[in-house]
Amino acid sequence: MNASLTTKFIEIQGVEQTFRTAKGLFPALQGIHLTIAKGEFVALIGHSGCGKSTLLNLIAGLTTPTNGALLCANKEIKGPGPERAVVFQNHSLLPWLTCFDNVYLAVERVFGARESKAQLKDRTDAALALVGLTPAGQKRPGEISGGMKQRVGIARALSMEPQVLLMDEPFGALDALTRAKLQDELLEIVARTQSTVVMVTHDVDEAVLLSDKIVMMTNGPAATIGEVLRVELPRPRSRVELAEDARYVNYRKAVIDFLYTRQGHVEKAA
Amino acid sequence: MVSAVFHSPLEPTPATPPNAIKNIATGAVSTVEGAEKASKPASTPASVARDGSALSRAFWQNVLPPVLGLGLLVGLWALVSASTGRSIPTPYETWVQALEVFSDPFYRNGPNDQGVGWNVLASLQRVAVGFGLAALVGIPAGFAIGRFTFLSRMFNPLISLLRPVSPLAWLPIGLLVFKGANPAAIWTIFICSIWPMIINTATGVQRVPQDYMNVARVLNLSEWKIATKILFPAVLPYMLTGVRLAVGTAWLVIVAAEMLTGGVGIGFWVWDEWNNLNVKNIIIAIFVIGIVGLVLEYALIKLATAFTFEEVKS
Repeated sequence: MNASLTTKFIEIQGVEQTFRTAKGLFPALQGIHLTIAKGEFVALIGHSGCGKSTLLNLIAGLTTPTNGALLCANKEIKGPGPERAVVFQNHSLLPWLTCFDNVYLAVERVFGARESKAQLKDRTDAALALVGLTPAGQKRPGEISGGMKQRVGIARALSMEPQVLLMDEPFGALDALTRAKLQDELLEIVARTQSTVVMVTHDVDEAVLLSDKIVMMTNGPAATIGEVLRVELPRPRSRVELAEDARYVNYRKAVIDFLYTRQGHVEKAA
Repeated sequence: MVSAVFHSPLEPTPATPPNAIKNIATGAVSTVEGAEKASKPASTPASVARDGSALSRAFWQNVLPPVLGLGLLVGLWALVSASTGRSIPTPYETWVQALEVFSDPFYRNGPNDQGVGWNVLASLQRVAVGFGLAALVGIPAGFAIGRFTFLSRMFNPLISLLRPVSPLAWLPIGLLVFKGANPAAIWTIFICSIWPMIINTATGVQRVPQDYMNVARVLNLSEWKIATKILFPAVLPYMLTGVRLAVGTAWLVIVAAEMLTGGVGIGFWVWDEWNNLNVKNIIIAIFVIGIVGLVLEYALIKLATAFTFEEVKS
């Protein structure tokens, strides 16, 4: 694992993002340097409005940076692509397709040229089974709960066998119990698939429990990376055992200290 | 315009809620029974009384108001009829006449004397052809205008200029170009139904949630997949609203157009009966036009709700 952590997979070099708004130019991100290794789980944490999602969209290729460069597997990120799958905050399932068809749309796009219809169906079934939703396959998103929708979103992303999984506050809209359950499932899936994950979150426990590396961002405007915390807890991790682990408590304290003492959220007039 | 009488197709539906209420009421009573066991005979009259009160409440809330509304209409009509010295026929006379008219709606005594059924069908056919052509042109045009800002800027001034023009103003142009009454009437329907379809389709395309387009970009979907799997289903509810408005306007306009062009059709029938001074038939025609419009509107609303899905909340 240590050997693989030294290899650069995603490289972010001096990225700067400025938005044009009605009030003039708004510098959202400045001087972002970050490398992410293959198989690493990285959490982006910070107060709301600090540009976490902006950074994730840049990695996804949904937006292009004003300055600087982003590389994935030594190639410049020029636009979105199925090798960098995104799990959206609001699940973004197409409401007129069944859960199966929502996942199938992604599977067909990535593997349709090479594989038979039966193989594509198997892949879709496998992805739904991975998140435990086989029985809900023929239901429409409007007929299932919020947690299930988010799981379909994860299944859709995983079904593409992406090199990187990008998650934008995937569990933010869920209740605490569902969130904990999905976090455990995600830990298991990531352990099985060895995915590289970048996750935006504002939940300290979620960040410490899931990540190998916590990237803490300063408050905007012109937000940048304030500190990077390496979480060296052994895997597999269990939330019950970790709750009393001294290292876990220390990591948690470090993040809270950064967020609330050094970057205490100020309601800005801007 | 049709919405004023829209409540009437809903009348038959309230038959279910009272039943549901009744079931809940008896269910509640039976659990109480199970707990106490002794009060079995006493509970039956209570549930009957509750059934009765639920039924009468349903009657007061759902059946009575529309009946009263219709009664008011008929009452005012009788009053007007009496005060104008019967130059407007009474509701009863009209009813008798209507029974006669509808006893043989599909007779044919030459081109100018045909049953009311043929007249309605002729009007519906014109609306269908004119409206169908408008849909064929208007919906693709709406997609193009909604998708490309350039086209939207190019056509919006034209649409704003032409849309407020009464469709009947286009009738002479139609007569001139097509040299016939029937195509001219269809042309008028075409013109009046194309605007709501273009405008609503274009609005729908512009309002496709950015989330869906982001999904398309991340999956790198082809233009064809974007059109069939995302754009079309997302726009469908807007499009159907356009269709509904268009059909409503078309049905309004056809009556006026046929008054001017003649031939067979419900509008022509009204005008013909005016020339015959047969006011009873004119009133019957007004009801027929209203009811057909109501049915068209109701069918399209049902169609629209079947294709409307829950949106992603952002």
